[in-house]
Amino acid sequence: MTRDVDTRDENREIVCIGASWGGLDALRVLLAGIPASFPMPICIVQHRGDENDVELLIEFLSKVTELSVEEPEDKQPLRPGSVYVAPAGYHLMVNSGYTALSVEDRVRYSRPSIDVLFESAASSHGRHVTAIVLTGANDDGARGAQAVHRAGGTVLVQDPDTSERSEMPRATIATGVADMVLPLEQLADELVRRSAEART
Amino acid sequence: MAVGLTEDTTPGWRQDSLEDLEAGLLLEAVHRHYGFDFRQYSPASLRRRLNKRMVDEDLGSLSQLQDRILHDEAVMERLLLDLSINVTAMFRDPGFYAAFRQHVVPLLRTYPYFRVWHAGCSTGEEVYSMAILLHEEGLLDRARIYATDMNEAVLDRARSGIFPVDQMKAHTTNYVRAGGTAAFSDYYLAKYDGALFHRWLTDNVVFARHNLATDGPFNEFHVVVCRNVMIYFDSNLQGRVHDLFHDSLVRRGTLALGAKESMRFTAREEHYDILDQQWKLYRKRT
Ligand SMILES: C[S@@+](CC[C@H](N)C(=O)[O-])C[C@H]1O[C@@H](n2cnc3c(N)ncnc32)[C@H](O)[C@@H]1O
Repeated sequence: MTRDVDTRDENREIVCIGASWGGLDALRVLLAGIPASFPMPICIVQHRGDENDVELLIEFLSKVTELSVEEPEDKQPLRPGSVYVAPAGYHLMVNSGYTALSVEDRVRYSRPSIDVLFESAASSHGRHVTAIVLTGANDDGARGAQAVHRAGGTVLVQDPDTSERSEMPRATIATGVADMVLPLEQLADELVRRSAEART
Repeated sequence: MAVGLTEDTTPGWRQDSLEDLEAGLLLEAVHRHYGFDFRQYSPASLRRRLNKRMVDEDLGSLSQLQDRILHDEAVMERLLLDLSINVTAMFRDPGFYAAFRQHVVPLLRTYPYFRVWHAGCSTGEEVYSMAILLHEEGLLDRARIYATDMNEAVLDRARSGIFPVDQMKAHTTNYVRAGGTAAFSDYYLAKYDGALFHRWLTDNVVFARHNLATDGPFNEFHVVVCRNVMIYFDSNLQGRVHDLFHDSLVRRGTLALGAKESMRFTAREEHYDILDQQWKLYRKRT
């Protein structure tokens, strides 16, 4: 039951990144390695202690990458080459090429939660999802990564040895769904390589 | 129109996913049997909430959940609570209330009498916050507030005026940041684990059931507040509700949305002027 060329939004490629403790530095390195011509939207959940400094995070990331970085509103169309950072206090989800925000309960102490982002991408964008789990001191992202894997998507994990905190990468690796475990410096190149492949 | 059943459906459901097909059938069944219409809610949240109910009922598929829902009203009630994500707080987003004082209160002063509609008021925290704000601005006597939700259970809690005492600290912080001019504890009596808010705050408030997906306009309003409700709707249903609000507002009436919702991407965008971009306050054009 396959279809001909499918251009519907849910069948567009999308990258989802989860980061926690130490994420700022990891995101800086990762995003700095991605060119402005990158053909996919990138969604990020970064756990924050303080509720109100997403603006600072966006300002910081904007300085280190050629990609445009923003805090999305609800039902905003996702554009290639743009980075969307989950607003403080909201879950960031995606559905067929659009953002969907929610204030529903924290998922294991987190809102935004990485699992929520990954799971939404898995149900909507299926095998077109690339999920990346970066440094962190909890296990958020591990369940979401499994959902991405089940849906046929790709799971990349930051090498725990290059992670400021290794618990979060390790938790995902332990589920057995990681397609690749890479040092931080190589994640951007891998993404760019895959995006070139997806296009041909 | 049934979601997940035909090619020509609400945006966002996958044609090639079995779960989405089951979700579509379940929502259709809920609508036909119970009258609650979730068919145009945003799939992203719906999938999560349906899944949660399925797991909590110890079931293995949405089809099994549908069976349970149709034959056991108690399961439907629990699903309704899951789907109507009731998370709220007093003076949630303090900046919003500060912006309301700055941009909307001056206009309200020019009316001898005005009506406010809180659509999707949940357990009422937002309504009590507004009543307190209007009281402090000396406007509460001139206001008539209609607070509606589709869920009767949350309205009952709103009517009771009793809120968990352990939340008062967080509410107080919000109240101060929102520009409150008194002591927040002046507004309630702390008893055991409940804070009972003063009755006079809600003398001019009517709590009533109203479903934005299926019910029509019922009055004319100077202010419509609908925050963090439409984020759970898909763009078609958002369009319907925007039409409803536009029809319900007086000329130069104010529409207030949630901090991350906006008029961008909607057909009603040109029908409003922006009063406050950050806090999503809009004024209906004449
Ligand atoms: C997250 S709460 C928002 C509460 C409050 N406005 C706030 O911002 O804090 C969402 C509320 O919308 C209500 N709701 C959802 N769908 C609705 C509908 N179709 N008609 C009316 N209310 C609805 C839910 O029952 C819930 O109480």
